[in-house]
Amino acid sequence: MLLLPELYMLLVSVTFLFVSLGKRRQGIFLCAKLLSLLGLIITLTSITGKGWLFHGAYKIDLFSQVFKVLLSFGFCLVVFMLDTKDEIEEGYLPEYFMFLSFSTLGLMMLVSSVELISIVISLEVSSYSLYVIIPLRKGQTKIQLEASMKYLFFGAISTGIMLYGMSYLYGMCHSTFLSEILFIFPKFIDQPIGILALILTLTGFFFKLSLFPFHFWAPDIYEGASNATTTFIATIPKIAGAALLIRITMLAFAGSSQFVSILIILSALSMTFGNLVALVQKDIKRLLAYSGIAHAGYLMMGILALSRDGSASAIYYITIYLFMNLACFYVVILLSKKGENIVLNDLVGLSKRAPLLAFTLAVSAFSLAGIPPTGGFTGKLFLFTSAFREGYLTIVIIGAVNTVISIFYYLNLVRMSYSKESPLIEPIKLSFHEKALCYIFIFLILYMGIMPFGLLGIFTAAI
Amino acid sequence: MVCERLTAMEQYLLMNHLSFPILSTTIFLPLIGAILILLMRNEKAVKVTAFITGIITFIVSLILYFNFNPNTYRFQFGEHMPWIPGYNINYTLGIDGITIFLILLTTILAPICVLCSWTAIKERVKEFMFCILMMETAMIGVFCSLDFILFYIFWEAMLIPMYLLIAVWGGPNKDYASIKFFIYTLFGSVFLLVAIIALYLTNGTFSILSAMYKNYSMTFQIWVFLAFAIAFAIKVPMFPFHTWLPAAHTEAPTAGSVFLASVLLKMGSYGFLRFCLPVTPKASILFAPYMIALSVIGIVYGGFVCLSQTDMKKLIAYSSVAHMGFVTLGIFSFTLFGVEGAMLQMLNHGVTTGALFLCVGIVYERTHSREIYDNAGLGKITPIYVGFFGLFSISSLAFPGTNNFIGELYVLIGTFSQNKVAGFFAVIGAVLAAAYMLRLLKQIAWGREDERKIRDMNVREIIYLLPLVLFVLWVGIFPRPFVHTIEKTLIHLSTQMQGFFH
Repeated sequence: MLLLPELYMLLVSVTFLFVSLGKRRQGIFLCAKLLSLLGLIITLTSITGKGWLFHGAYKIDLFSQVFKVLLSFGFCLVVFMLDTKDEIEEGYLPEYFMFLSFSTLGLMMLVSSVELISIVISLEVSSYSLYVIIPLRKGQTKIQLEASMKYLFFGAISTGIMLYGMSYLYGMCHSTFLSEILFIFPKFIDQPIGILALILTLTGFFFKLSLFPFHFWAPDIYEGASNATTTFIATIPKIAGAALLIRITMLAFAGSSQFVSILIILSALSMTFGNLVALVQKDIKRLLAYSGIAHAGYLMMGILALSRDGSASAIYYITIYLFMNLACFYVVILLSKKGENIVLNDLVGLSKRAPLLAFTLAVSAFSLAGIPPTGGFTGKLFLFTSAFREGYLTIVIIGAVNTVISIFYYLNLVRMSYSKESPLIEPIKLSFHEKALCYIFIFLILYMGIMPFGLLGIFTAAI
Repeated sequence: MVCERLTAMEQYLLMNHLSFPILSTTIFLPLIGAILILLMRNEKAVKVTAFITGIITFIVSLILYFNFNPNTYRFQFGEHMPWIPGYNINYTLGIDGITIFLILLTTILAPICVLCSWTAIKERVKEFMFCILMMETAMIGVFCSLDFILFYIFWEAMLIPMYLLIAVWGGPNKDYASIKFFIYTLFGSVFLLVAIIALYLTNGTFSILSAMYKNYSMTFQIWVFLAFAIAFAIKVPMFPFHTWLPAAHTEAPTAGSVFLASVLLKMGSYGFLRFCLPVTPKASILFAPYMIALSVIGIVYGGFVCLSQTDMKKLIAYSSVAHMGFVTLGIFSFTLFGVEGAMLQMLNHGVTTGALFLCVGIVYERTHSREIYDNAGLGKITPIYVGFFGLFSISSLAFPGTNNFIGELYVLIGTFSQNKVAGFFAVIGAVLAAAYMLRLLKQIAWGREDERKIRDMNVREIIYLLPLVLFVLWVGIFPRPFVHTIEKTLIHLSTQMQGFFH
């Protein structure tokens, strides 16, 4: 029963496969919500599972189960956020949900994989589903096709590079099992070949996290894909990406200053580049894409510490990132009536039109910027502390300066919705369901800011 | 490490002896009021609730004052609870002579701010009162926290309601002013955060108590001091970091200006007193000449700029730069007189400048202009108003018999005993203060002779100015009780600092 969450996800996608064969389209949203909620419950019950499967290629421990809970929680939230929005062609809805759940299944497998080939396969399972759903968008014509082609190409290239790196790992250690590589690899960690192999292997996950210089896909795909799809791509795969980064960098825990220097450079470039480019964005989804690039840089601060604390704070950060990003995207989804993209000027007067939405946006923007008492601050505090503890003061200062740069555009979101007067004041009516989700997001963001100890304890235990 | 922390706790913190956690109550009462307000629909009920919350909080803080023991330098009413044990972050509260009056100042100003916005704020009253009360919680929290992270959270959390106060209810240029305020302050704060983490990694705890009076290496002290100093100098604001202040002050609504001038600026000087001096004493001594120079430049520069202002709020804002210069001047003289004067001056500036902003708010509500010319010649039209305004202006220029005179006198004595040149320039600044305040007062009282119909102050406005008048005269004539309360803490601080001179 160790595989219960995965099997359940598989069941969900098969269910939608059968639904797609039929003609009935009523009640599909409700069905998706119920199934995803049940999935979350099932994953939660299996959190204590422990064991090995498939001759040691598949490891089930607290680490993987925690990530599975995060993944299914994220999946559940995305399904609830899509609600009954009219973004996807109605005919393709069952397929859409099928691929969403199938992608989540791939990511769940990914966080449990401890063998190179299974890692690649799980990664591809999740990526291929995404390649298919990006073009599913109502109304637009070319933009989503371009996005999907770009994602496919960049994805294929990064997978190729990752495989290349893995071949080096195999060549050095004569094994594809991470546990055996961990045993032999420290001998090579200070040699160029070892560093090269590790960095190349990590590329696949840098790509998922949209870390500089593997970020090129993010803005275009965010802009091109439908709002709901973007929400999924911007959050869920990043969780799994972070998980695998932590798993694979554990190989280098023995310590290698060159390897760390490379990570520091990537992290610094990523946050600086992301924040600077985000300053001039008009389309909110593009803005969030660049903000995501910057946040990948912040996240790397926890990973490059190469310590238990660092990894735990990275998990904490990706969790709060999930919530604050989802909250931001939820405002975008609710604001766009026909599934079109939202630009900054659409936010004008939001605090009069829908005070709750404006408040949700403000809380998530302040959290993304890292202002207390939101979770974004607490997460950043843990990241800064763990990087500083290992003596990497430079990256801490760069991170601090970047926080100031980023406040410009996050504050701009708040400024637009609060201090600009709008000529048309047409209130946005929110249903009970939408209000409830907003309140849940606000609660989660503040809760993670003020009461971090419970979750942090679990994450530290999971490492 | 654990042992060391306990000793620092025992050495500096007296636990709360009252039957309830009084500091937490003071901090979170306004928050509870704010949440209650969110649930209300009626505007009148919102205002009344906000006012009552403010008054209750003030009464609780009075209990604090009457139970305060002025014969110890230790922190009192201590509360201690683990918060994030993994990182050794605790919920530690406590107050001493430095903070007791700052808390009282905050709690008295909050209901005054509610009263002064009673008719001035017409839109989104609920959200406005919510912001005011959130501000109050955060400000009291800053003064009570004895844990760096707790402190930092309150310190930053203050920014959001303040930003909203300016950005939503502000004047025509609010957009620019609010962003500038936010970014300037945040810029300082991130370095504060880095310094805090550095201290944590050295001490193994975020407790402020165990970070004080340690013999850190000189290089470490210098870097930590610089990081602290940027954050606090921006908040004070010291020359040349003051440019956000006039913009924010002019655009903010009256209540916002009052909070900004009376409490937020004090956070900077409080930071110098609480962190820079005890945590990095040697670096403070090393940098003292520069800090004194900047303070003196601020005093003189602020005075000259004030002379050429035509906007009442801007004039008072720039006068804040000059007055806060006196505060930092006193702090970095390291003498008992200087530090006591700085402390008094913080309170005096809080009361006097707050009152002046309230006065501007009162006249703005009637004439809808802040230009001196538009409001000139009120002496015959609104005599009560000019009476109050006159009292606060002469208090602002440190007329003998008013509060500022005592504060500036203490600061000047402290400064002259250490540094004659700085004292000389500070005196010039004091003369300039007389020049620009009297010029303003002359214009307001007699500047124009024509018949206009302007209502004089109503009872509500008189009521909220009266406590401030009382304070102005009390400190001016009989400052002993105030000095007595803060004395022990400051004596301890200055003896400790003297120890580092050698």
